[in-house]
Amino acid sequence: MAQRLERFLEELEQATSLEDLQAQIAALREIYKVDHIVYHWVSSDGEQYGCGTYSREWAQIYVERDYLRIDPVVLGCFQRFHPVDWKRLDWSSKAARSFQKEALAHGVGNQGYSIPIRGPNGQFALFTLSHSCQDAEWDAFTDRNRRDLILIAHVFNQKGLEFEKRRIPEAAKNLSPREIDAMTFLAMGYSRAQVANTLSISEHTLRAYIESARFKLGALNTTHAVARAMAQGLIVVGITGPDANGGWPGKLADRRAS
Amino acid sequence: MLRYLFGDDLHDHPKLRDSMFRDRATQFRDRLGWDVTVDEDGFERDQYDDLEPLYVIWERADGSHGGSARFLPTTGRTMTEEHFADIADISTLKSPFIWECTRFCLAPQAEPRVAGLLMLGGGELMRGFHLDHFLGVFDARMIRIYRMIGSSPEVLGTSGAGRDAISVGLWTYTDADRELVLDRAGVSSALSEHWFGEAFGERALMPMSA
Repeated sequence: MAQRLERFLEELEQATSLEDLQAQIAALREIYKVDHIVYHWVSSDGEQYGCGTYSREWAQIYVERDYLRIDPVVLGCFQRFHPVDWKRLDWSSKAARSFQKEALAHGVGNQGYSIPIRGPNGQFALFTLSHSCQDAEWDAFTDRNRRDLILIAHVFNQKGLEFEKRRIPEAAKNLSPREIDAMTFLAMGYSRAQVANTLSISEHTLRAYIESARFKLGALNTTHAVARAMAQGLIVVGITGPDANGGWPGKLADRRAS
Repeated sequence: MLRYLFGDDLHDHPKLRDSMFRDRATQFRDRLGWDVTVDEDGFERDQYDDLEPLYVIWERADGSHGGSARFLPTTGRTMTEEHFADIADISTLKSPFIWECTRFCLAPQAEPRVAGLLMLGGGELMRGFHLDHFLGVFDARMIRIYRMIGSSPEVLGTSGAGRDAISVGLWTYTDADRELVLDRAGVSSALSEHWFGEAFGERALMPMSA
């Protein structure tokens, strides 16, 4: 699973068009074996885009009948920033109930998990998985995959932002000096305790740097983050031990800057 | 009760909202002397209140504000990144699992347990949304209060000195703190979970059977 997801993320990184995104979202559905995955976003200039695996028919009905205005998932996630299980949403209104019935008839599934994302300048996106199964099975699925799904949702959104017109370049990949230090020492095989000690920070704080670097690199875990940082040339490893001046790769600020 | 309200929920609670922004003026302008903007209504509001943040608010029995804190995900714009870059390298931390906590405010004459209640609310956000850390901006004198509550941040940098000192720190979620914070807040775990559920829909599980 982890390897398939890593490969998926590498391919997603290469996407240059909406068609590529569509292919990637279909591939992701195969990995997770869920009925549907959908990603839609509203750009900072108000344009809407979407890709996903819902039937063409349902997507068309949704747009034609302007279901954006009554869909409890959209209403419950807009202006929010925490992932939402569809069971927690308010489906009590008559409009919502009939919408739900129709969605079920079009194979959307009785379960759903939606991750809202706030991008820059009012950009908003929603990354959703839906499936047909019992509550317990769905809860176990979301529990098991939550962290990866939240990361993947954000990587999708980085792509969505790339497709925006008049896009302001994102500085997301700019690792801070401390994040580069942490990645460098981990790449050199230091334990977390050794890295924290070397950087004179607590292990808790180190965890925050690693988590932030992982997110910026679009990586599933620490090992993946280190690999990506190396592949992208953000950290340089290979010269073991301190050099003549007592420094080492990633240590000296002037080297980083150059 | 402890309320969890997003920016666009505030209009449903006008008394709570207005007293919160007034109490913030009292704390940050009058008591701490921070350079904050207070409007003609006496509300201390800044640009981050316009970003639909999540507020954790202690609501008194009469519906007024007893204390509050403001949360934003570090994946979007944050005060730390835009205003405290010089304090610590942590200002550029970005992750959906790291949220920023600012404007930790206690109403004048708030009971001692209110700080504990707000900490409890923060802890519930971490537990409920599986967060790893909060990145916080606070008056340096709060450090002692946080320690007393049993939820000390790791202070990573401080700008200014004495009365003007403002610190940036990091809270890390650990289960161990919860018991002590519950004790300081003076509520049971069940009640706290109930309040969290009220806000985020734990109570009304919709049967989703096809």
